[in-house]
Amino acid sequence: MSFSIKKQGEIVVVDVEGQLIVGNRQELKQKVLDELEKGEKRFLIDFSQTGYIDSSGLGVLVSLSKKIREQGGELRLANLNDDLKTLFELTKLDTLFQIADTRERALESF
Amino acid sequence: MTHSSDADVGSLPLDTMRLAIELEIPSDIRYIERVVELVTRQCEHLRFTARHCALNVPVALTEALSNAILRGNRESREKHVRLKARLDFVSLVMEVSDDGEGFDLENCTIDPTTAENIERVDGRGLFLMRALMDRVERFNDHGNVIRLTLRRG
Repeated sequence: MSFSIKKQGEIVVVDVEGQLIVGNRQELKQKVLDELEKGEKRFLIDFSQTGYIDSSGLGVLVSLSKKIREQGGELRLANLNDDLKTLFELTKLDTLFQIADTRERALESF
Repeated sequence: MTHSSDADVGSLPLDTMRLAIELEIPSDIRYIERVVELVTRQCEHLRFTARHCALNVPVALTEALSNAILRGNRESREKHVRLKARLDFVSLVMEVSDDGEGFDLENCTIDPTTAENIERVDGRGLFLMRALMDRVERFNDHGNVIRLTLRRG
């Protein structure tokens, strides 16, 4: 499991490879917060290579969403598979986040 | 003595197979992913649905193990977490126990989907276990064993 970060224009794109769970959630949080501190405002987290997410992982996404918003920024999610979509629907987090089907659509939505 | 070919083995009925896993890990969250992978792989062998193997089992078991490590044992190096899992053609039953003081299952469950809770960072663990398993119960009076049951359906 790992997280890779790259810039695509003005947007910071984070790929979550493997699981986003209690054992690695702080790593994702710190990486995004570091970018936020550098002044980045637009973030896209791509889940096309993600396995499963637990409640701690969901909690980190909620926390990041709030912190990014507080700094006047925006967060988008993309590429949730059917299982992950179900997870977001069960927790109603699909109503909290802006979720795009593809990376391209997410990038265009900023 | 006769030997079965691979094709014969593949066609054996699954409803006669039963599998049990019993293990103990230190109170360290880094062990969770490997334990989850072990159980999920056995579910795949017994042909649980793809949804069960990719969502219900890994997420619910991760929640149970992390609760036991972080809340039950408070990550104490001297304490351990145990898992007993039994799988067959009907169901998967997982019991996770820790060395902590236990908790009241009913009092710990909040609804994280309400407007006032939706932006909470925590509080989704028990909710997810209940949503993804057919049954979640405190197994002993001490409160430090949780039993999760998933029927194949």
